[in-house]
Amino acid sequence: MKTKVLAIDDSRTIRNLLAAALEEAGFEYHCAVDGREGVDMYADVAPDVVITDINMPNLDGFGVIEELRGEGINSKVPILVLTTESAPELKARARGAGATGWITKPFDDASLIFALKRVTGAAA
Amino acid sequence: MAGSIQDTFFEECEELLEAMDEGLTAIEGGDHDPEVVNAVFRAVHSIKGGAGAFGLDELVAFAHKFETVFDEVRANRLGLDTKLIQLLLRSSDHLSDLVSTARDGGSTDEAHHDVLIAALEEYIDEDEEEVVFQPMGLGGAFEMSPIEVEKERVYSIRFHPLKDMYGTGNEPYFLFQTLADLGTLEVTLDESELPGFDALDTDESYLIWALTLTTTEPKSAIESVFEFVEGLCELSIESDMDEEDEANALAALEAAFGAAPEEGGDQVAAPFEPPVSAPEPEAVAAPVAAKAAAPKAEAAKSEQRGPNPTLRVDLERVDRLINAVGELIINHSMLAQQIANLDVADLRDVETELEGFKNLARDIQEGVMSIRAQPVKPLFQRMARIVREASAATGKTAKLITEGENTEVDKTVIERLSDPLTHILRNAVDHGVEKPDDREAAGKSRSGEIRLSASHRSGSVCIEIKDDGAGVNRPRVKQIAIDKGLIPENADLTDSEIDNLLFLPGFSTAKEISNLSGRGVGMDVVKNAVTALGGRINIASTPGKGSVFTIILPLTLAVMDGMVVSVADQTMVVPITSIVETMRGSDDMVNNLGADGTLLSIRGNFVPVCDVGGALGLSKADQDQPPGVYLLVETETGQRSALAVDDIHDQRQVVIKSLDGVCGNIPGVAAATILGDGKIAMILDPESILAASPSAAAFDTERRISNAIAS
Repeated sequence: MKTKVLAIDDSRTIRNLLAAALEEAGFEYHCAVDGREGVDMYADVAPDVVITDINMPNLDGFGVIEELRGEGINSKVPILVLTTESAPELKARARGAGATGWITKPFDDASLIFALKRVTGAAA
Repeated sequence: MAGSIQDTFFEECEELLEAMDEGLTAIEGGDHDPEVVNAVFRAVHSIKGGAGAFGLDELVAFAHKFETVFDEVRANRLGLDTKLIQLLLRSSDHLSDLVSTARDGGSTDEAHHDVLIAALEEYIDEDEEEVVFQPMGLGGAFEMSPIEVEKERVYSIRFHPLKDMYGTGNEPYFLFQTLADLGTLEVTLDESELPGFDALDTDESYLIWALTLTTTEPKSAIESVFEFVEGLCELSIESDMDEEDEANALAALEAAFGAAPEEGGDQVAAPFEPPVSAPEPEAVAAPVAAKAAAPKAEAAKSEQRGPNPTLRVDLERVDRLINAVGELIINHSMLAQQIANLDVADLRDVETELEGFKNLARDIQEGVMSIRAQPVKPLFQRMARIVREASAATGKTAKLITEGENTEVDKTVIERLSDPLTHILRNAVDHGVEKPDDREAAGKSRSGEIRLSASHRSGSVCIEIKDDGAGVNRPRVKQIAIDKGLIPENADLTDSEIDNLLFLPGFSTAKEISNLSGRGVGMDVVKNAVTALGGRINIASTPGKGSVFTIILPLTLAVMDGMVVSVADQTMVVPITSIVETMRGSDDMVNNLGADGTLLSIRGNFVPVCDVGGALGLSKADQDQPPGVYLLVETETGQRSALAVDDIHDQRQVVIKSLDGVCGNIPGVAAATILGDGKIAMILDPESILAASPSAAAFDTERRISNAIAS
């Protein structure tokens, strides 16, 4: 059974990079173009892990985490934040909202897979 | 694979740059809506993110500065004043240059780059953290440790998650699994903290694990496994050879640098309690994934649920399709002609079907053409930049206002419009718009206004560039033309004729070589470019009020409406756009002028006649027969002439086949087409035929002389 990843990013380039890296590593890849769509898709996709960008239209990454962790959805699924910023405040804020970990852009495939492995235990 | 993703990145950049320009233009126009500011921020941010992935360092560095300033604006720490807006606009221009450089190679203007960086830095706090754009060392296990540690060692790890950790979706079991990949792992649960059942607080975290890992990996690899839970747990990692390690490390560093650097002593000496032996740990909070039924089709559908689902197609494929449709239409007319030639009594059914075929072919053609149709918006947005740059270079202020941005035009037409528009706009700023002080003196606003508009006008596109400057300085233009020997000294020209002198080759009104003018490129180049597109350009000017350039272009370069005529037994096509009217002439309308010139009298006016056959060097079958049919055409200068042809057959849409690659540029012939009978017909270029016609030239001289006498 493949590990299902829901990636939420408004950049087509990043989505393509993620898709390439994840599919190569044997993950099942789903994606959404902004936070709103990501949250809406969540129930249907039922991912094992969510990767979300921070700066996005409609609903940003913090909003995604808050909604997924919130009462309505109450998700316990690991959520990795994909961000260009590595500032400690940002990590703290993401973690405060309930993020599991973070991946810094630009990411290399190995780090990405390593991070996913640590939060999902995926063998992939 | 990486290459194609990089292509996607550059495509995406185009869209992002467009969104950025759009947002900045709105901001410049006074719209400081946070969402607009956010959108621009995101665009720059995404460009930076993508550029980082492909190691485009210069682009990343600049985008970062730009983004940082924008972030200040976003956070309301910086007010958007005119100076900042101008800087942001110039930065966006530069960013777009950097993207082009990254894509196409070449180099950017470094001085300009540094100036902008310095200007942006003025808005950034000194202590702003420099973001080092290196892939983070997330994967410690995958990175080369500076000191190769191959010796196997035993680590004792004590891991006590705090209750907050469970709220972040981190799962100890997976961490242990990852550790187990590094070597041989023994896990022991320490449940000594666990209170009695009645005192149990289900929200509290009581479990502690003691792990023993035997591995050759360095300590950093183990630390990186726990990266995400840092601060969310009590963690200690100790090795049986820590001290030896440190000594090794020091020795290695000393060997490398010749001195003992400071050592960051991060040895956490937490007391290590003897673990209570326990079986494999139970997963404390196994991730609860709501496994709702997920129909795959729906998931796939939502992938396309963007704002405007579009399909990216290689232009070449569309070109092939357009070509094939062109052939289809030609094929239809051939079929129609062959059926018409059949000697069969009742063809009504076939003809009805054929009519249906024709309609379908037309529909397909229109559909295919619309694939290539694109709004002129991106082009117009680029033009805003040209005006900004030109204004900066000339010390004037001018603002570009665009209208009809959503007017759709064939992609190739848009691409080839860029140069002429750039030139006209530069001219508008350089020669049209006055200096701020002069404008004020003339009772105008200090900032000039240039209006760029596009609209559809009966099957053509009309692009208008209108400035509110001083208009054409006619006495000066005329004097320059006389000085350069372009017109005779005593020439008497109408206002419109003087304005159109600007299009003469070798004409330039620039007194001195400025940054913009004096590049040896005149308006004649603009005119040639427009003509090459099958279009026309005209200028109208009102002294003191400004000038208007009007460019009329065909919607597409692939088909056109033409009038099928015969000239000296040859079938030819004249573009409908240049024909004003057609008429059958009688002898009393024709007057001779000079040795071989002819004038046609139409409603009290004389227009020069150009015998098309003669101009093309074709001898007529019957020399004595005077040409019976005249096509009244209007040239770009608004001057009318009559083309004499033998007969008019039909008016129809023809598929244009370029001759450029086959036989080069032929005066008088614009292109060719294939007719229904399979024969090739030349598409005429009235402008160049007239230029070669003796009548028109003679008439011109004649009229000037008579004008001179009359005045």
